[in-house]
Amino acid sequence: MEEVKLMKGNEAIAEAAIRCGCDGYFGYPITPQSEVLETLMVLEPWKKTGMVVLQAESETASINMVYGGAGCGKRVMTSSSSPGISLMQEGLSYIAGAELPCVVVNVTRGGPGLGTIQPSQSDYFQTVKGGGHGDYKLITLAPASVQEMADHLCLAFDLAFKYRNPVMVLSDGLIGQMMEKVQLPDYQPRLTNEQIREKYPWATLGKKGRDKQNVITSLELVSEEMEKVNNRLQQKYREVEANEVRYETFLCDDADYLLVAFGSSARICQKSVELLREEGIKVGLFRPITLYPYPVSQIHEYAKQVKGMLSVEMNAGQMVEDVRLAVNGLVPVEFYGRYGGMIPTPEEIVKALKEKLMA
Amino acid sequence: MTLQEIIQPENKVYGKTPLLTDTPMHYCPGCSHGVVHKLIAEVIEEMGIQDITIGIAPVGCAVFAYNYIDIDWQEAAHGRAPALATAVNRLLPESCVFTYQGDGDLAAIGTAETIHACNRGENIAIFFINNGIYGMTGGQMAPTTIEGMVTSTSPEGRDVMLEGYPLKISNLLTILDGTCYVTRQAVHTPATVVRAKKAIRKAFENTLAKKGTSVVEFVSTCNSGWKMSPHQANQWMAEHMFKAYPLGDLKDQ
Ligand SMILES: Cc1ncc(C[n+]2csc(CCOP(=O)(O)OP(=O)(O)O)c2C)c(N)n1
Ligand SMILES: [Mg+2]
Repeated sequence: MEEVKLMKGNEAIAEAAIRCGCDGYFGYPITPQSEVLETLMVLEPWKKTGMVVLQAESETASINMVYGGAGCGKRVMTSSSSPGISLMQEGLSYIAGAELPCVVVNVTRGGPGLGTIQPSQSDYFQTVKGGGHGDYKLITLAPASVQEMADHLCLAFDLAFKYRNPVMVLSDGLIGQMMEKVQLPDYQPRLTNEQIREKYPWATLGKKGRDKQNVITSLELVSEEMEKVNNRLQQKYREVEANEVRYETFLCDDADYLLVAFGSSARICQKSVELLREEGIKVGLFRPITLYPYPVSQIHEYAKQVKGMLSVEMNAGQMVEDVRLAVNGLVPVEFYGRYGGMIPTPEEIVKALKEKLMA
Repeated sequence: MTLQEIIQPENKVYGKTPLLTDTPMHYCPGCSHGVVHKLIAEVIEEMGIQDITIGIAPVGCAVFAYNYIDIDWQEAAHGRAPALATAVNRLLPESCVFTYQGDGDLAAIGTAETIHACNRGENIAIFFINNGIYGMTGGQMAPTTIEGMVTSTSPEGRDVMLEGYPLKISNLLTILDGTCYVTRQAVHTPATVVRAKKAIRKAFENTLAKKGTSVVEFVSTCNSGWKMSPHQANQWMAEHMFKAYPLGDLKDQ
């Protein structure tokens, strides 16, 4: 039976984790996402589903615990906010290199440095352009509601295991802290070790029943071989790009102008679209749900029918680069953003669209 | 007697454990890593725990440990083996998890992970190769490098006023309530090898009995890094390293 509850985005992450058969959560407190760990500690899932919850000594430890758990074929995750996610970058690169599945939630705050605890989207580059070392990609989901925090967490685990790749849920302090109605997913049982042995023959659960040892590693010193490893990764990324693009459109079909925004910004832009439509200006909203893979061809198609696009972000202009790459010069692409923890108002966005694209 | 008559099962007095693979080891002749690998493999076989044992390899000369001992392994980032082991142990409580780490890995970059895994009393064994140097990267100073010791980054010898003191991390780990067994061993003579093997066995037994964290330090040679012959390195270790790192049990509960 599905339950509807009123809760914070961070709480929804914790609830959804338990319900979608998560085996282990490892995390370190940081505002504005500490409620994830706090909620888990109150819910005590180890008594109900056997899920392990551990407060680690740092985000470095958290992500490496995630590596260890993922290497055993377990559904493991961590969550943090920007400075903590920075500490995890080496580990994420290792996880991507060793082709392990895991979920990482970033409830982004404003930076750089210690910055602010207020919401921001300034970790877009870090998430989709690399962050850690080497040629790897994080499949990235950008929830825009508390409901999507829960939905995307479960989807993230499915994608992580489908592609044996780390998946980032890139949220922000606004969605993490706000309360909304959520329909929680049904309980899904955790896999037994026997089921894991069958489903994930690469997992290190001990050699029992196998002639060959399993080794989880990202090391390959022979360049010719390391190039092949990279080729395999690139092939996987092409597959992800072909199959996993997700996006949402709002009044785009007859639009003369498009707002392009993800997560919290998209929620605000929806209101801006309504205000502009009231004035008779035909504006639509294009919301990428996956930031990697990016909806390149879909945005390109819209570029053929609109006069211009405005990328609206809570940062100094990051995703706008991907919008421009997708549009490829067909129409002007402008940017409007607030940063450092500031949140744009719908009216500001209306004004920006008029000034930057209609003047 | 012909050679064929001698090579009979009943005449066999010593053999290689099948858990040691036939992959030629990349270790320098005279290095302690190979001996410790062999002892760990032998103990795993003798205890019959190869099906439930998971090793966590470090970044350091032992990064390829998984090529030599035929069990499941995970290769960690530099210093993070105890974090991996923590998760593996907690998610697979019936397994036998150990880390294998050098002194740079365990006592410099991974100090926090080491101390916190030990302090939580994770049911794991930590095998710690203290060769007083960064072997893999070509012989730089380690946290454990003893006073006056010449390395590529302490060419005039370690000056403790400048570079700090050799870190006696095992002593530090004894005061943590989560450790049940901390011992310091060596593998440079037949007698020390026998004692070291007993220590490895005890560490695994503690792990299976869920007694907490066991730490076995091996004061080791790195004759290449130390720029000595294997024989000189053994002598130098006994003369100098054992003064800073005396052998024996530091804690046994
Ligand atoms: C994050 C990171 N920093 C530095 C290195 C380079 N590095 C590889 S091994 C090593 C030192 C290994 O020394 P130790 O742990 O004492 O092992 P040994 O080789 O002596 O057995 C260093 C610094 C690395 N691989 N990763
Ligand atoms: Mg060393």
